[in-house]
Amino acid sequence: MRKTADVGIESDGAGTTVNAGDDLARAAAEAVAQRSYGKLVAFLAARTRDVAAAEDALSEAFAAALADWPVSGCPANPEGWLLTVARRKVIDMYRGQRRDELAGDELRALGFGLDGGSAASESPAIPDQRLALVFACAHPAIEAGIRAPLILQVVMGLDAKRIASAFLTSPAAMGKRLVRAKEKIRQAGIPFRVPQREELGERLDTVLDAIYGAFAESWTDGAGTDGARRDLAEEAIFLCRVVTEVLPGEPEALGLLALMLHAEARRRARRDSNGEYVPMSQQDFALWDAAMIVEAEELLRRASKMGSIGRYQLEGALQSAHVHRRRAGFANWEDVVQLYDALMAVAGSPVVAINRALAIAELHGAGPGLAAMQQVAGDARLAEYQPYWAARAELLARAGARGEARAAYEMAVGLERDASVRRWLQRRQAALES
Amino acid sequence: MQYLLMLHSEEAAWGRMTAEQQQQGYAAYMAYGEALKQAGALRGSNRLQPSSAATTVRVANGKPQVVDGPYVESKEQIGGYYLIDVADLDAAISWASRCPGAGHGTVEVRPVWTM
Repeated sequence: MRKTADVGIESDGAGTTVNAGDDLARAAAEAVAQRSYGKLVAFLAARTRDVAAAEDALSEAFAAALADWPVSGCPANPEGWLLTVARRKVIDMYRGQRRDELAGDELRALGFGLDGGSAASESPAIPDQRLALVFACAHPAIEAGIRAPLILQVVMGLDAKRIASAFLTSPAAMGKRLVRAKEKIRQAGIPFRVPQREELGERLDTVLDAIYGAFAESWTDGAGTDGARRDLAEEAIFLCRVVTEVLPGEPEALGLLALMLHAEARRRARRDSNGEYVPMSQQDFALWDAAMIVEAEELLRRASKMGSIGRYQLEGALQSAHVHRRRAGFANWEDVVQLYDALMAVAGSPVVAINRALAIAELHGAGPGLAAMQQVAGDARLAEYQPYWAARAELLARAGARGEARAAYEMAVGLERDASVRRWLQRRQAALES
Repeated sequence: MQYLLMLHSEEAAWGRMTAEQQQQGYAAYMAYGEALKQAGALRGSNRLQPSSAATTVRVANGKPQVVDGPYVESKEQIGGYYLIDVADLDAAISWASRCPGAGHGTVEVRPVWTM
């Protein structure tokens, strides 16, 4: 549900009669909300750096549209209409909050113009400053954990309740943190701009990490039964597309988009008809989304020609290798291990090490796999990381160490929050006895 | 926007430096201040006496209570500040990262409250 639902733009529930004009106005407003929410917020907030005020003004403008459009008809330029109304609201807010002479000065400085009226219709093309807004939300001065939620709300227009449910926190707590982050943007003077070439690298990483963070949250609901999380994946993919459109020469952005498309392509196959978890090695690949896979492969090709490898391209390439193995039916574990070696070099983490150990086990057997895993076993973060225990259990079982495998499965089951994955792990554990 | 760059560092470190090191450190701060001035960003700056010279005052029940020492006892203390006027936080961060104080301590960047 988008934030504009606050003003009733969501379609009506069953049993409500609405006339055709209302329906049309609603549909038009909803379409603009879908397409332009972030663009309008970005434009309104770029000068004031006041994201909350821009959101409030826009939400009032949507309400005004719902009152006006059924009567007067949909304007030829609905985006421009909304922007004009929202700009007036922003100006009103500033006038109301501050002493008049200051508000006047400030607004002139902001380039809003105190006529506030027809500027939008004079210049129908509203510049797309969404990416500048994304970079402001993912600024290093913003607390790392709130960057992805902030982007989802401010740029994608998702409401705090939806975001909170996707990130498994309470709406009140999420709302507070979002408000605080927006305050920080305004008070600290965080700029709305896409960083210059020389500083782009690190800053772009933060943006990509935030987008991937949103996508990863959606991934914990493999069944796609939770609508909130599924939407999150779509939003993350959409936003990454925006990044690749504005910065087409950034291979890591292409790599991330490819990685997400590959993962998304298999969503349907991750659960069987009873809702039970299906690991990739047993998925029916007829259920994979072929178009998404084709696009992902093309993106990886384009990225690889740019001659600068990075974490997301490597993870995308790993996805691609898994897809090829399943489809072609031949083992390519050597390539997979090489890709993990490269990934360890550019973005090593215990999580990468575990996956690398699993690939080594496929190539050289459970013993060498366990030995590779042992190298990170001391990392305290792994104690509560389900995939570590599941991977360890799997390799111990293969090595014939039943007792240890049983204990490791026990840990994995205890740490898993998805019931269907939990049942799958329990079945694996039970299979040890037979 | 105006930002106050507050330089926090370990106070005892200065005393452990050789005369030559102190001279070098002093010169680095002078050069930094000059660069800020040339860029038209400097609004004010001062080095502070050590926190042993600090006195803390609080009025309770209408009576001032005066206590010897800084507000917070800690190894790291504020040793100086720069008040700068720049376009945005990125520019402020960029100046803060050039400050010699960021090398041997921590620079806190605080926007000034605008009325």
